[in-house]
Amino acid sequence: MSTVFLALQANEETRQIIEAIQQDNPEARVNREPAMVKIDAEGKLVVRRETIAEIMGRDDFDLQELHINLISLGGNVDEDEDSLTISWNA
Amino acid sequence: MDTAAKKKLGLKEKYRLLTRDLGWTPSYRTHEEIHPYLTYEGIKIHDWDKWEDPFRLTMDSYWKYQAEKERKFYAIIDAHAQSNGHLNLTDARYLSAIKLFLQAISPNEYCAHKGFARAGREFVGVGTQVACQMQALDEMRHAQTQIHAMSNYNRYYEGFHAFAQQRDRIWYATVPRSFFDDAMTAGPFEFMIAIGFSFEYVLTNLLFVPFMSGAAYNGDLATVTFGFSAQSDEARHMTLGLECIKFMLEQDPDNLPIVQGWIDKWFWRGIRILGLVGAMMDYMLPKRVMSWREAWNIYGVENGNALFRDLARYGIKPPKHWEDAEKSIDHVPHQFMLALYQWNFGTAFHTWIPSDDDFDWLSKKYPDTFDRYYRPRWEHVKKLAAAGTPFKNVGLARLCQCCQLPCIFTEPDDPTLTCHREVVYRGETYHFCSDGCQHIFENEPEKYIQAWMPMPALFREMQGNIPQWMDWVGMVDGKDNHDYVGSQDEKNFNQWRAMAASNSL
Repeated sequence: MSTVFLALQANEETRQIIEAIQQDNPEARVNREPAMVKIDAEGKLVVRRETIAEIMGRDDFDLQELHINLISLGGNVDEDEDSLTISWNA
Repeated sequence: MDTAAKKKLGLKEKYRLLTRDLGWTPSYRTHEEIHPYLTYEGIKIHDWDKWEDPFRLTMDSYWKYQAEKERKFYAIIDAHAQSNGHLNLTDARYLSAIKLFLQAISPNEYCAHKGFARAGREFVGVGTQVACQMQALDEMRHAQTQIHAMSNYNRYYEGFHAFAQQRDRIWYATVPRSFFDDAMTAGPFEFMIAIGFSFEYVLTNLLFVPFMSGAAYNGDLATVTFGFSAQSDEARHMTLGLECIKFMLEQDPDNLPIVQGWIDKWFWRGIRILGLVGAMMDYMLPKRVMSWREAWNIYGVENGNALFRDLARYGIKPPKHWEDAEKSIDHVPHQFMLALYQWNFGTAFHTWIPSDDDFDWLSKKYPDTFDRYYRPRWEHVKKLAAAGTPFKNVGLARLCQCCQLPCIFTEPDDPTLTCHREVVYRGETYHFCSDGCQHIFENEPEKYIQAWMPMPALFREMQGNIPQWMDWVGMVDGKDNHDYVGSQDEKNFNQWRAMAASNSL
């Protein structure tokens, strides 16, 4: 199984996003590095809009806002309005 | 109008309406006349509609999010300038890394802009055109924000002023120049593999992520801000690059050998440039987040292998010279820094002999190579400097005809033997730093024999006149170049920092 990853800037907005990602992907590993947070997961990582919106207390959170704080990722991407999935096929 | 219903338009539907629906069918010219460069590379595409941006970003959202990134960027850049941010650096030695960044990388962001503007024009598919348009705008933004952020340092420190001409003229900056020129003069599909796939997907993580984290560690708020602001676009670029390669491979089995050839070529071209980043990370950052080797293990080995395992289903193999790249990782940063140090009359940034603490750090990070091959050389260099006879090389290096780096690297299996390859083509002898570069040349000799090589040009065009060459590259002798110790940068930084912490007049 290959490792997928998502790297986000470390800031006030992503603190809640990371919390949501941890909640939805309990197996994911969160590495805190200077100014950034890198989240690794085996095979697949799912970011759900609803979980983030709930933790933020913001119903209107748009998943594409993630672009503002995204640093990098590794894996095939599939996004719609409810979730962003990163995965490797092998 | 029912605005409530409009708001509920799903992302997929919105993407379809704002890309596919904008595709025009030409009425009085054929597709072949409008898009003349799509077939000569041999890539076969049957259905352009199969291309989809997995982020499904449309132009209206693009402008919205990019505007927000810019606002965040300028808020921090302004604060950095207003609060004498340059005095918060760990040490002014750090600035060598970002001078190198400005001279060798930022102008090539602009080249990537030109390349994607052209690719967007030459491709047929609307999804492709929109993605290329966004990336063309991103790359322009990267060039501008980088130059703007670093202009704050130009007010106080040497070596920042002439980056625009240095990109074309100075020997180490022509290395990335030749990479981007090579990509921009290739066909549109090869360009996408060169920049969109090899550079963005396989290599930018190594360039931007740990290095920018390092900038944060060294108190450089300006660079970490442009770095992460740019990198927030890179996630989209990487995804475009990966989508692009999958699209080519899914469209026709005949595309596989062509694509594999480009992966082999552009991986090796990229890994050669990134050696410079290795030297920046291991030697130029006063405070280091991770070594070049550690960064390679995460972003090269772990992520690169995952990628090639994923692409194996199409028949793609890891790049041909992957093994040679792996073997070079523990050597290249040291070989680079020793070269930059000995030729520092010709670098528009400062170099220095690492401290004893640095030696110990390097030996811990490179247990198999540093103490055995490189510490003794540095100790020798240090002894010569202490004796007042510093080790300086005023000869000019033999350059590799492909990557344009000096031939300073060693054989993959013998770190005590310089690697040198020669090819005679039409009666001329050409030199190479590696098998990878030699193979690239042999596949397209007519392209690479036309390369402008800075060292031969110095003799051909200026009769070897070094002061004249310095004027021409915009380098101020005694200010921009030579050792950090004793430099104006060192003196100013120490003096200003002392002033910032006291009220003495």
